[in-house]
Amino acid sequence: MKLKTFTSGIFENNPVMKQVLGLCPALAVTTSAINGIAMGLATTAVLIGSNTVVSLVNNLIPTKVRIPSYIVIIASFVTVVDLVMNAYVHDLHKVLGLFIPLIVVNCVVLGRAESFASKNGLLESLTDAFGTGFGFTLALFVLGAVREVLGNGSVMGFDLFGSGFKPSIVMILPPGAFIALGFLMVGYKYLDERKRVKRGGV
Amino acid sequence: MELFLIFVGAVFVNNLVLARFLGICPFFGVSKKVDTAIGMSLAVTFVMAVAGIITWIVQYAVLDKFGLQFLQTIVFILVIASLVQFVEMVIEKTSPDLYQSLGIFLPLITTNCAILGAAIINIQSGFGFVEMLVFTMGSALGFGLALVLFAGIRERIDLSDIPYYFRGMPIAFITAGILALAFMGFSGLV
Repeated sequence: MKLKTFTSGIFENNPVMKQVLGLCPALAVTTSAINGIAMGLATTAVLIGSNTVVSLVNNLIPTKVRIPSYIVIIASFVTVVDLVMNAYVHDLHKVLGLFIPLIVVNCVVLGRAESFASKNGLLESLTDAFGTGFGFTLALFVLGAVREVLGNGSVMGFDLFGSGFKPSIVMILPPGAFIALGFLMVGYKYLDERKRVKRGGV
Repeated sequence: MELFLIFVGAVFVNNLVLARFLGICPFFGVSKKVDTAIGMSLAVTFVMAVAGIITWIVQYAVLDKFGLQFLQTIVFILVIASLVQFVEMVIEKTSPDLYQSLGIFLPLITTNCAILGAAIINIQSGFGFVEMLVFTMGSALGFGLALVLFAGIRERIDLSDIPYYFRGMPIAFITAGILALAFMGFSGLV
């Protein structure tokens, strides 16, 4: 197990900020920080399941039909997550709604299955799933928190500024999602660049 | 009249990309040029219409009849994946020209959440067959409209001088945000 496999998914190869994958749920459900975390965790659960199975059965699947097979594996785990969430966290399930079945077509999950789990062993793939899942959750949390602060004046449901604060509603409406992620990406690019310059010894 | 409202709602008010956040990946992925954007939206329109019809029939004739609703996600994605494969083969055989221009987009469509999303919305809203058709066509048209508009804007962005850290994806997102803001002007129309 390599630490690098775990950490690379968090910042260096963050699925949302760097690889620009999994954008539909990232933009749609992040109207608050808590929704972002919930969506991130649901995706992580699917990712862990699919990476495990794909790395185990990979040798049994002919290369030609691998993508459909991966999709079936992923869809099974999505169904499990969907049913479990409906049973135990029904309110959250209602809020995330359509986007839980849509984890099937989240490019992050299929992308990891195709580019990592199909080529690596069980332990490596599990580590990768945890790292990528954590990075995805983190990105969704930050995006959700930024939108919640600007659009509602609160974080995780706690009021930050008191009643004098006039939130800009647009941030929790669809356009706010695009704009907030755009500016977050500017910040990410800046940090990423600075890190690279430091490592290069300039 | 009701059908007309569903149509206008799907194209403008609840635009698939800009209000419902479905199909964001191709929206940013293939919107660098207007030509490819048009090709992509044609391919999506076709697959979305056929997938909508098949999943609607499967839902009511198979899943509901035998109480298998929990298999919805798996069955729908299988229908879409095999449909895309099938369409690709048919187009390759019958019209090489069309395959040349659409071919590269077809595999991408399987993981386009707009297709699966629209199929699930059809069922969740309890649409009848005709309503489903109208909604699907409206959604596909809305997707195409947003994609082509956005590609047109991006072609011009490429030519302008943008601050270093905003280049590439960040400015594309902010532009999409402003486009979404413009589309919000349609809300209240239906």
